[in-house]
Amino acid sequence: MATTRRINVDLQLVVTAAILSLYGLAVVFSAGHTDVRTVATNAYRAQAVWLVVAILAAFAVSRASVRLIEWMTVPAYTFTVILLLALLVGLGSGGGTARSTAGWLTIAGHRLGQPAEFAKLTVVLMLARVLSQNRVAPKSMIELWKPIAVCGVPLLLIVAQGDLGTSIVFVGIFFSMLFWAGVSWQLLVLLASPVISLILGFDTVIWGAWFLALVGLVLWYKPFLGEALFVISASVMMGIVGPMVWEHMPMYRQNRLRVFLDPTVDPRGSGYHVIQSQTAIGSGGWLGRGYLQGPQKRLAFLPEQYTDFIFSVVGEELGFIGVTAALALFLFLFLRVIRISERANDSFSSLVAFGLLASWFTHVFENVGMTVGAMPITGIPLPFFSYGGSFMLACWLAIGVLARISSEGRGGKLGPLKV
Amino acid sequence: MSFHPNDVIRRGRAASIIVCGVLVFLLSAFFRAQVIRNQDYTLKSEENRLRQIPTPAPRGKIMDRNNKPIAENVVGYSVALLAQNEDTLRSTLTRLRGTIQLTNNQFEDAIKRYRRDATRPTVIVQDASFDVISALEEHRMDFPSLIVQSAPKRIYPTGEAVGGFVGFVGEINGDELAGMAGSGYKAGQLIGKQGLEKQYESVLRGREGIQFVEVDAKNRIVPNARAREAVTPQEGPVLYTNIDLDLQEYIHQLFADTLAGAVVAMVPQTGEVLALYSSPGIDPNRFVGGVSHSYYDSLTNDPRHPLYNKALQGKYPPGSTFKLATSVIALEDSLIDFNTHMPQTCNGYYYLGNRPWKCWRKEGHGSLDLYGAIAQSCDVYFYQLGQRITLSRFVAGGVGLGFDRKTGIDLPEEKRPDFPSSYPDYFNQKYGAKGWTSGEKELNLAIGQGENAQTVLNMARFYSALATDGTEPTPMIRRGQPKLTRQVRLTPDRIALLRKAMMGVVREGGTAAAAAIKGVNVAGKTGTAQTLRYSSGGKPLYYAWFAGMAPAEAPKVVVVVMVPDVTFEGATSAGLATKIIAHYLHTQVTNTIENTG
Repeated sequence: MATTRRINVDLQLVVTAAILSLYGLAVVFSAGHTDVRTVATNAYRAQAVWLVVAILAAFAVSRASVRLIEWMTVPAYTFTVILLLALLVGLGSGGGTARSTAGWLTIAGHRLGQPAEFAKLTVVLMLARVLSQNRVAPKSMIELWKPIAVCGVPLLLIVAQGDLGTSIVFVGIFFSMLFWAGVSWQLLVLLASPVISLILGFDTVIWGAWFLALVGLVLWYKPFLGEALFVISASVMMGIVGPMVWEHMPMYRQNRLRVFLDPTVDPRGSGYHVIQSQTAIGSGGWLGRGYLQGPQKRLAFLPEQYTDFIFSVVGEELGFIGVTAALALFLFLFLRVIRISERANDSFSSLVAFGLLASWFTHVFENVGMTVGAMPITGIPLPFFSYGGSFMLACWLAIGVLARISSEGRGGKLGPLKV
Repeated sequence: MSFHPNDVIRRGRAASIIVCGVLVFLLSAFFRAQVIRNQDYTLKSEENRLRQIPTPAPRGKIMDRNNKPIAENVVGYSVALLAQNEDTLRSTLTRLRGTIQLTNNQFEDAIKRYRRDATRPTVIVQDASFDVISALEEHRMDFPSLIVQSAPKRIYPTGEAVGGFVGFVGEINGDELAGMAGSGYKAGQLIGKQGLEKQYESVLRGREGIQFVEVDAKNRIVPNARAREAVTPQEGPVLYTNIDLDLQEYIHQLFADTLAGAVVAMVPQTGEVLALYSSPGIDPNRFVGGVSHSYYDSLTNDPRHPLYNKALQGKYPPGSTFKLATSVIALEDSLIDFNTHMPQTCNGYYYLGNRPWKCWRKEGHGSLDLYGAIAQSCDVYFYQLGQRITLSRFVAGGVGLGFDRKTGIDLPEEKRPDFPSSYPDYFNQKYGAKGWTSGEKELNLAIGQGENAQTVLNMARFYSALATDGTEPTPMIRRGQPKLTRQVRLTPDRIALLRKAMMGVVREGGTAAAAAIKGVNVAGKTGTAQTLRYSSGGKPLYYAWFAGMAPAEAPKVVVVVMVPDVTFEGATSAGLATKIIAHYLHTQVTNTIENTG
């Protein structure tokens, strides 16, 4: 077994990530350019420092072989779960910060980071480990109890913190990785059916149609009787429970969903973010209002312009061209990561790569979608763009892991492992 | 796990398609917003950041006939606030109190203004003093939503002298706003409240300009902003009037501080109102932008009712000045001629049934023709004339002469005089079908008492017809084409004879002989009507009238003077009137001499 100290750097991956990060840094800088100085004014400095730290960390991670990473998976996963528990118990500081749902790990008044960001990484690793142990793809739900548990525990802990956005990322990761592990789409639909029933439960007719389709799917796929009963009864229950859950939802969350359908129902409250963001983006036109010049951002109409709504600044100042450029970079990155997954040396590496892709993809889809009103608002950041040290670090750690997987895979300099 | 290369490639392709599909979906959402709906959103963004600050237009000036200013504008400053909501308005106002003085009224008014129209800057101080402005400039950084702008302030240089017709301006109120819907008025704007300012509001108002300022999300004004170009306000056009400011001020000075009363002076041929005066009057300057409580209270507590316009709104029994109307009605119907004597000579009394009706002169006038009866104002003569006319003809004649109508002067405050509008319906309605007798009415109306109360202005209109060939003009304050109507159905030479009779009033033996002036023949008629009130000394109080014109041969000016609640009689008013006439004719003569070299 040849071990070389130098790895073959996946230039396409790293350069794309670097361009995205610099693009993001430039936009964070612009986001700080407001007529009245705010905390965002000097955010770009911290972000630049974090970027350097993150790239160094990525380099360090890329030195570690995939096997080492796999070996570290269980302790890392356990550690993040403990951290999330610690947050719930009282080490966290929720209120009074930029975002009310921020789950910060705080010790002696110092905010150390957001464990949820790292939980995404470790859940991907842990899921990959669990799924790669199967010799054939799971065909029934009962076989999936392990991945469900791996994903479910941190997800519940994060939901308990009130961070709905991050939990959506876990759902994205979970289904994507099952898909990549070869689980059939029918089983995935059955698995997702209670949640879909919950969402569709608001309209009896739509829910009824969905329910009939689900019954058809059950008859066709023929799962175990117990599972079939579980799926059907869960859907019925969710159809009933859904409206009740809705009524017990806090007002602000209800409004967020309502506003998604029509932001003008609450233009000064829940709809404010979407309306201002859409206005900023829409007024950008083809070429934008000019770098640093966007009035919506400059005059503070655009909320969270350096964190969750940073992409609105791209839309306002750099226009459709700038948006296309950013999305093209993301597309290139995603396709590259899919390629890395395809060529990965072993199923663990392949699953890890695809899981990381799923995490980013969910972030981009949700974050970019919400700025333009195509998705409901949930407070999750945009990879490589949004201001935030933990997230930047997590993103680049992922790049480091991917670079390693790439170089160990087919086409990589280290070549496939010969066992 | 199924990681056969074929499976992996199949799944990889599916994943790539999903990723591409989602990004294309996102891109299309951006295309829709940024390219297709770009204009909508650009407009929204502009609305977000640009605030329209209205810049008030200077109102049109009001000029007298010699182009002296009756109303003009001086530079003033207003202080306004761009508030996001009522709470921020309240808190900013409270903070402002640390810098400038704000009364509770100003505080509450500002809140009211905000509620009426939240889109416009909320005016806090309409007319700020220099101290306030400099204090605010010093603390400019503390109040980023504050707007200090120059706002023209209305002034009336001659003040109280013109208070009787010019009116004043003030902030538009809720009722006016509702009434003016559709004419573009907005809360906080100034509007003419009375008199000429109200009558010619649409002419004088001008067009408000717009200034654009850029604000941020908290409505703080961004200095040196890249805002849109301003629209400059347009001053309203000048309103040229017929008023002779010199005469108006002369009258004001004649009445001094003690005398109450009203004067109307006009050019009989055209209806040009030279002066319209009511004393005691109001100082319109003190009403501009809201009157102070103390001043308003002093006006309402004054027993002489300064707020009540005695030339336009006050209705008084015309007394003997109405005898000319009685004469005209009789002459129109050819019931008498100028040398007709009445059957009963005047010995101080006239008996209707067995009730004696007094003549004002106890000793009596003896037998008089119409000339003498007018010159000496013999009541007994006119009692008999009234009976000869009969009530039905009298009512019809009075209506025909316009005693039951407004003159139609271009002022909003004019009141309709009281006069029976029809016979016998008017009396039946008032007293019931059997509650009145025509004999008593005939006697009373013939000497200007009874169901008859005229405005000073309406008497001036009637005497204008006597000063011309019987054509009478509508009194006009604004300069323009005269509006003429024919009211008196007598030939011009007969009207001239009536003037000859009126010349007797201001001549040896007439009731106002003392009021004669040198060099000019004045024709006129005194009137002394009872108020049924008594002075503190127990003397009866009168409405002392004089309606006159000069020069009698071809009158250039008609003057009506009325002084209420005085112990003196019409002759004293005649003295005032002839002074006014003399002043006017004199200055006119001097002007003519000056103009012709």
